[in-house]
Amino acid sequence: MTSQETARRSDTLWMRLIIRDGNLLRLFIACVLIFVIMTLLRPEVFPTVENFRSMGSQFPEVGILAIAIMIAMLTGGIDLSIVSIANLSGVLAALLIRTVIPADAPDALVVVGLIGAVAVAFAVGALCGLFNGLLIARVNLTPILATLGTMTLYTGITVVITRGNAVFAENRLTFIGNTYLFDLIPIPMLIFAVVVAVFSVILNRTAFGLKLYLIGTNEKAARFSGIDVPRALIGTYVLSGLLSAVVAIIFLGRNNSAKWDFAPSYVLQAILVAVLAGVNPSGGSGRLLGIVLAILALQFVSTGLNMLLLAVSGGQFFKEFAWGALLLIIMVINYFSERRRAKG
Amino acid sequence: MQPFLSLAHISKTYAGVRALEDVSLTVYPGEIHCLVGENGSGKSTLIKIIAGVVQPDAGQIVINGKAMHHLHPIDAIREGIQVIYQDFSLFPNLTVAENIAINHELSRQKRWVNWQEVREIARQAMRKINVQLDLDATVGEIPVADKQLVAICRALLQNAKLIIMDEATTALTEREIRALFEVIHNVQREGVAVLFVSHKLDEVLEIADKALIIRNGRVVLDADARELDRSKLTYYMTGRNIEEAIFEWQGDPNSPPLLQVRHLTSLGSFEDVSFDLHPGEILGVTGLLGSGRTELALALFGAIPIDSGEIVLEGQPVVLRSIQDAVAHGIGYVPEDRLTEGLFLERSISDNILARILDALKGAGRLLDRASMKATTQEWIARLSIKPPHAELPAKSLSGGNQQRVVLAKWLASKPRLLILNGPTMGVDVGSKMELHEIIKQLAREGLGVIIISDDIPELMQTCNRILLMRRGRIVERFERRQITEMDLTQRLVAV
Amino acid sequence: MLVKKLFSKQETLVAITLFGLCLVIGWINPVFWTAGNWFDLARSATVTGIFAIGVLIVLISGGIDVSFTAIAVFAMYTTTVLLKDAQYTGGMWLFFVIAALIGLGLGLINAFFIAQFRLPTLIVTLGTQSMFRGFLLFVIGSKIIRDIPPGMADYSKAFLFTVTDDRGVTVGLHSAVLWLVAVAILAFVILRYTMLGRSIYALGGSREAAERAGFNITRTQVFIYAFVGVLAGIAGMIYGGLNRQANAQDIVGQELDVIAATVLGGASIMGGRGSVIGTLLGVMLVVVMSNSLVLMGIPATWQRVVVGVIIIIGTAVPALRTLRRQRRSVNVEPEMLSPVEGRT
Repeated sequence: MTSQETARRSDTLWMRLIIRDGNLLRLFIACVLIFVIMTLLRPEVFPTVENFRSMGSQFPEVGILAIAIMIAMLTGGIDLSIVSIANLSGVLAALLIRTVIPADAPDALVVVGLIGAVAVAFAVGALCGLFNGLLIARVNLTPILATLGTMTLYTGITVVITRGNAVFAENRLTFIGNTYLFDLIPIPMLIFAVVVAVFSVILNRTAFGLKLYLIGTNEKAARFSGIDVPRALIGTYVLSGLLSAVVAIIFLGRNNSAKWDFAPSYVLQAILVAVLAGVNPSGGSGRLLGIVLAILALQFVSTGLNMLLLAVSGGQFFKEFAWGALLLIIMVINYFSERRRAKG
Repeated sequence: MQPFLSLAHISKTYAGVRALEDVSLTVYPGEIHCLVGENGSGKSTLIKIIAGVVQPDAGQIVINGKAMHHLHPIDAIREGIQVIYQDFSLFPNLTVAENIAINHELSRQKRWVNWQEVREIARQAMRKINVQLDLDATVGEIPVADKQLVAICRALLQNAKLIIMDEATTALTEREIRALFEVIHNVQREGVAVLFVSHKLDEVLEIADKALIIRNGRVVLDADARELDRSKLTYYMTGRNIEEAIFEWQGDPNSPPLLQVRHLTSLGSFEDVSFDLHPGEILGVTGLLGSGRTELALALFGAIPIDSGEIVLEGQPVVLRSIQDAVAHGIGYVPEDRLTEGLFLERSISDNILARILDALKGAGRLLDRASMKATTQEWIARLSIKPPHAELPAKSLSGGNQQRVVLAKWLASKPRLLILNGPTMGVDVGSKMELHEIIKQLAREGLGVIIISDDIPELMQTCNRILLMRRGRIVERFERRQITEMDLTQRLVAV
Repeated sequence: MLVKKLFSKQETLVAITLFGLCLVIGWINPVFWTAGNWFDLARSATVTGIFAIGVLIVLISGGIDVSFTAIAVFAMYTTTVLLKDAQYTGGMWLFFVIAALIGLGLGLINAFFIAQFRLPTLIVTLGTQSMFRGFLLFVIGSKIIRDIPPGMADYSKAFLFTVTDDRGVTVGLHSAVLWLVAVAILAFVILRYTMLGRSIYALGGSREAAERAGFNITRTQVFIYAFVGVLAGIAGMIYGGLNRQANAQDIVGQELDVIAATVLGGASIMGGRGSVIGTLLGVMLVVVMSNSLVLMGIPATWQRVVVGVIIIIGTAVPALRTLRRQRRSVNVEPEMLSPVEGRT
């Protein structure tokens, strides 16, 4: 094979992936279809820079959480505590900023504070993830139970710290929520892109990533192959905690505040995205590209429906229905295509 | 006497591939019939046809004198055909009593459960074949041999006239097999026929009244078992005479040993185990299930804790607290059950081979080095002639023998000093078994120290130069292979 | 032998913990042992308890249902809207009938996807939860109805009997607790004494074995999800009645807490194991703990922390016990084990 051929092959790698993987292909088609339909229905608002910016600042939160769910699912686990970790680290980061930075502080100090807040959020996220990992890998708790317990625990700690109130940070932080690169790309979307890039390297090019897939395929065989399974699992949940911390920063930047009960429905939404993406909940398979396509499809549906149903009362709730319907439709189509393949 | 079951000229083709051609079989009541063949010979298709799960393309099925034109599973069960599958199809979460009685209750279309009655039914079934099990034990927690008895009891309750046992002895030890044969004879006395499906030659010779040997979907022999001996059976099964060379160790017994085990004890598993292993030796460790043989292997692999004693590798005492410790010292372990402990079935051959050495494949920036991944995979596919030689195929698409090669390759790729093989050819057909033995012998000749754990005596006799016999957690006898015959060793193995 | 078996059960462990907890709380604050407090506890446990029985049946069959809260709120809100529009002035019974029928219908939708397409239960119910809730909020309504029909309003005062304590305060045991008792007895009889109930255990123990044995899996699954739907409808209606309002955005979000209580009571998240008594004990443990914090002088903000810790410890203890058992022996003959554990 010449180097030119190699280059061409890697150029179209994602295309080949889509074509080879039936689920990815269907997701891709769904994405394009929804986009085209929405464009045709609302040409004046859907395919616009405005809308692109608005969508780009909406989906990254659930998208990043879905990646956290995905890596846990790859090992055959799940992490239900992601949102509660995000809220706990968000609250602590906000508290730090509020205590350290006076309202009239110069911008430079705000930057320092921001860095400190990010550090705090990451530390809290990693610590919470570590505790999850220890429960799962060392105490041998089923992931769904361990993280169900810690979800309640972390939320509880957040309630105790804040007495149930919202914590306001610093107004100038909101630049995360309303600054656009090239006047087009919102910062959360940029963060999402970086996260996807980093995890695509971790999952596809590192020993750790491959180990996650192997553990999810057959944990016993992984142990008998000398893979340090507990360590890999702990690593997985720490990463998941870190991703939650990233989301905490986005939350904080968008709302300028953190609260214990923020966005609880994101847990199930993130699971929904991961499953829609074709990640096998019992472990061993799943692709980041699927997550990207799934979150885009859901975002197009939500935004499109919002535009179509703007005048209808309760219109904002229809997207919830549509998300569920999309999940079931894709699963049923998968069922039929599997069956056809099994027969043929 | 009227035969219970007779199949005449059965043929079956799957998507153009011929699975069975012109197979005939007659089973009389109370007869023990063995169905023998290598993996992939068409045995399972034949079972499925008898059970009504698969319809033949051509041929006739007569049960109890009635010609069955379109045999459904329900009809087969109604006529008294019961299949005991390899996994027994039991409910691990339910008690012994309920497992035995549940099908019976179901077929009586009961809506309510009378627990008194359930226990009584179970007790009666056990009495029939003269076994005793704790009715209230949870099936998931009882030994494999007992599970099998539960499955037999359940089959008898369905008014079985013919019980088909698919590879019934795979997970049993010699002693348990002995007990099972006893039960089968009890079943026979009840007038029930047994179709015993196996690829273990010794069993066939011991238990069968008649044997049907199939190869590539055709009957090659249908004979009285008394007329058969092992070499004849092997010849018919594989279509060739397998003359396997025995293994001779050429090394110096006075050279420094690779491995020294001194007074090793793991409480509740084995006690005071001592032996040496030289580079290039193949040491057999045999014993019944529960003799501590598997536990010894696992302890040497760091998988179960050691309470006292010492392990010395190339003169250096080593402490094995975890599998990682063992692996770091160059110890490899090919587990007993390759499907659950050895393979990543859905992953590629390449991933399977590389699973053990991922950390060593780091190139620039701690990322995996793709070129060396590919080279390593190709090397081992070639050296162990894994077929088909396509690194990207999932491991589940391979035959048993090739799967075992993949597991071996995983360990060999890590260049171990000591390789422990637990039941290395379990569930592998006769032909591949011999080829696997050759690979193992070649590895030893190259200087690897090998320990084989097995209760397959012929296998040990052909591959090992020394054999240790364990009983109740202790090494009770040590043999040079040359000093002992197969018969002698078999007798000592089962002696209590 | 019998004693040992009894003590190895999660049910016994939870019962002892619950009993000990009651003693401690009662010792700290004797108010705990008053009729009023126990009537409150019973009232708090009713809705969760009925949900938990439904969750139990699903868990035994090897499934997970996260849609029951959506079914509950759907049934409750829709029933209220219907009967309010019909200007119904009669008793509560009609509310229950309609809510149960709506629950049945939605449960059958779950059953259809699960039994017909053999989709994983978690994924189906994630999808339907989203659809049911979305449909409710979008089509039926999203506003809180405080002006509820008289029959429903009166229900909040439907006491079985009342007691007047020393201080002259009259407290009553709410009749809703009868629902819990009836549901528990019904579920117990079905699970223990009918072939249908045994088929649920069989399905959870080994689906393949259940099929080979000739169980009608489809029928079993249809029953399970229909039954859970009915229970959810009734529980939702009780919830609305006790709170004297119909809030379409309520209830959803509690599903993971209910699952946690059920698991705490010994139901296995992997299927095949669980009991009605254990489930009730698990629910009581959580209810007693979280309702009694104030009695013990602990601020109410600590409630979630305490519940989280209970879940973690409650699931970690049995997990550690199995881990210790597994760590030794792989397949050792019974006579080689210590005499206590051997089967002789």
